[in-house]
Amino acid sequence: MPGLSGRMSTIVKAKISKLLDRAEDPSETLEYSYQKQIELLQNVKKGIADVVTSKKRLQLQEKSLQDQVLKLDTQARQALAQGQEELARTALERKNVAQTELQSLDSQIAELEQQQEQLTASEQKLRTKIEQFRSKKEVIKAQYSAAEAQVRISEAATGVGEEMADVGLAMQRALDKTENMKARAQAVSELEAAGTFDDLTTLGPGEDDIDRQLKQLSSTTAVDAELERMKAELGSGGAGAAAQLGSGGQAAQQGEAAAQSQPQSPAAPPAGTPPPAPQPGEGQPS
Amino acid sequence: MIVRIATEGQYELLGSDEEVLQELDNQAVSACEAGDEQQFHDSFARLLEFVRENGQPVAEDRLAPSDMILPPPDTSLEDARREFSGEGLIPG
Repeated sequence: MPGLSGRMSTIVKAKISKLLDRAEDPSETLEYSYQKQIELLQNVKKGIADVVTSKKRLQLQEKSLQDQVLKLDTQARQALAQGQEELARTALERKNVAQTELQSLDSQIAELEQQQEQLTASEQKLRTKIEQFRSKKEVIKAQYSAAEAQVRISEAATGVGEEMADVGLAMQRALDKTENMKARAQAVSELEAAGTFDDLTTLGPGEDDIDRQLKQLSSTTAVDAELERMKAELGSGGAGAAAQLGSGGQAAQQGEAAAQSQPQSPAAPPAGTPPPAPQPGEGQPS
Repeated sequence: MIVRIATEGQYELLGSDEEVLQELDNQAVSACEAGDEQQFHDSFARLLEFVRENGQPVAEDRLAPSDMILPPPDTSLEDARREFSGEGLIPG
């Protein structure tokens, strides 16, 4: 299709111009368009502050996920020490999900950090351009005829407006990304409170990833391996340990490993809710 | 001519580069329409590469509108598709 301009760039350019038209009315006076640029620059600064706030919130969520991983690990040990293997498995499955989420949160926060730096650099660049516009405006007013000044100023204003629209776009993308991350992290944090594993499948956008994780989990290889490792750490394997503990009653007898669990409530079940899969009985010692 | 890579910046290219740019641009659109992720990714990357390699970054104190504006470098096939269906990454 010779002669036709690039279709992609044409669409993007049209949209940027549309954004720009909204911000810049060519009939506006020079002073007014400068005032407006300054105003929009303030919006950019506010937008960057929003990105920083969102990032901090994500970091808090990261911390709470880390706590959750620790807690679930402790609960798995407790359950195992009491011979409640299914309960331990449930805790480990949740821990596994929380850990996977933690890893992706980690890299996303790093990415956000980088975007924040870029936005700050863009804001600086925009500030330079607005300053340039201010001095150029004075020169043009002094040196050119009204008609020519109009053309030159209008071109400069379009240049600044385009830059502004572009920074706005970068900011919007960063914010959208943060919103998604926050929603996902929040959903995983609530997993424990919700008490049921099924809730993970109702996460909404982005659930594909978690579906995949769940499928992975359903093969339970990772969880099985960890369960085995935990059993070994607890001193002896499987039924033997359960029987021994069942009569002994106190997890503290298991020495170092069990001592890391919460000693004040050795019988507390993980998450305080029944395990998701139908289990024979509640598994609670009477 | 001045080409902007959205969220990245402006580059000054020779007027004679325009044809190549349009060609690469349209290849990316075709790949997008065909739903070919790899092809879209490759042609879009070639387009950006061409601009960065052949263009001079526009000075910060220059206030010039762009002749051509390309989508942000991290545009996915999904983003691009929405772009062409009317409600893209830049709200219309």
